[in-house]
Amino acid sequence: MVRKGEGVGAVMDFLQRLFGRLEGGSSRDAAKNRLRLVLVQDRATLSPGLMEQLKTDLIEVITRYLDVDESNMRVEFDNSDASVAIVASIPVKEVKRSPEVSVR
Amino acid sequence: MSGTVIVVTSGKGGVGKTTAAANIGAALAMMGPSVALIDADIGLRNLDLVLGLENRIVYDLVNVVEGVADVRKALIRHKHIKNLSLLPAAQSRDKTAVTPEQMKAVTDDLKSSFDFVILDCPAGIEQGFKNAIAGAERAIIVTTPEMSAVRDADRIIGMLEPHEIYDPWLIINRIRPDMVKRRDMLDVDDVLEQLKVDLLGVIPDDEAIIVATNKGIPVVMDEKSKAGRAFRDVAARIMGEDVPMAAAAEEEDWFTRIIRWFARARG
Repeated sequence: MVRKGEGVGAVMDFLQRLFGRLEGGSSRDAAKNRLRLVLVQDRATLSPGLMEQLKTDLIEVITRYLDVDESNMRVEFDNSDASVAIVASIPVKEVKRSPEVSVR
Repeated sequence: MSGTVIVVTSGKGGVGKTTAAANIGAALAMMGPSVALIDADIGLRNLDLVLGLENRIVYDLVNVVEGVADVRKALIRHKHIKNLSLLPAAQSRDKTAVTPEQMKAVTDDLKSSFDFVILDCPAGIEQGFKNAIAGAERAIIVTTPEMSAVRDADRIIGMLEPHEIYDPWLIINRIRPDMVKRRDMLDVDDVLEQLKVDLLGVIPDDEAIIVATNKGIPVVMDEKSKAGRAFRDVAARIMGEDVPMAAAAEEEDWFTRIIRWFARARG
């Protein structure tokens, strides 16, 4: 059983969706996309303990190839534009002549 | 006996935490278990109003932690729901009047004589939040389908784990099926996709909530209210019953389905 009001409402919904699409998507989609991005940015953080662990692990790998200045190393999250990146800046002191790795 | 201590929290203010705490507590008590509600929003006391108990306050939470009154003397029994009691917040003090340790002592004490101890947490992530979660074992996160509320809920979820509160439950409040239908509101799946927690209930936006609060009668006592029913379902789920989620958007009539089908066919 369909009441008249509901039928008219459905047509209106349909028209709104149609024109909404022409205007570039629904506000729900806009909210969804903006929310997804802002949450990625909000969550882009590690506890100080994990950050230190990450630095230690990075140094361990990098020093197999290069001599680096650990005291001036910086590791940060960068939330710019539409993405989140982890950016590491590690001053190189010397490139090792014979890297301590086996080439596969 | 050892009851369960549950904190109702949200991060953002104005999403319906106090209404949720009052109605979940009332619905649980109506099912049989004994429930103590604690208003942890010191300085901005409101749980008493939602429950219609504002004229019966003698002692409050701060009086209890300062040893002025015994906790059982400060508890106010609800007029209509005999298993439901309220420990009101102090109105003339602020959040720093209580420490997390003191709060935990109160909840530990109460859970020895109540099946459920439910805390209404203040908005924010500062002292009041830390007090409210101190003695809690479980958390109910209240959000609305709005970006700012979902974002704040996400922050809160991240802050519970370090305090050993795992697997929070989510309540999505004030869903408007008409807006979801015309794609102008985030739907339940959108919110769950972002927050990745267990859904405890979906509460439709309902004028009956305002009417009930005006009268000081929890909306769960209103048999006809949709929100009241949704809160009763929430309580049943907390009790371990397997209650299906009522469709957030009401069942579509055949006319809408045909139009939707055409819309899809046209791409």
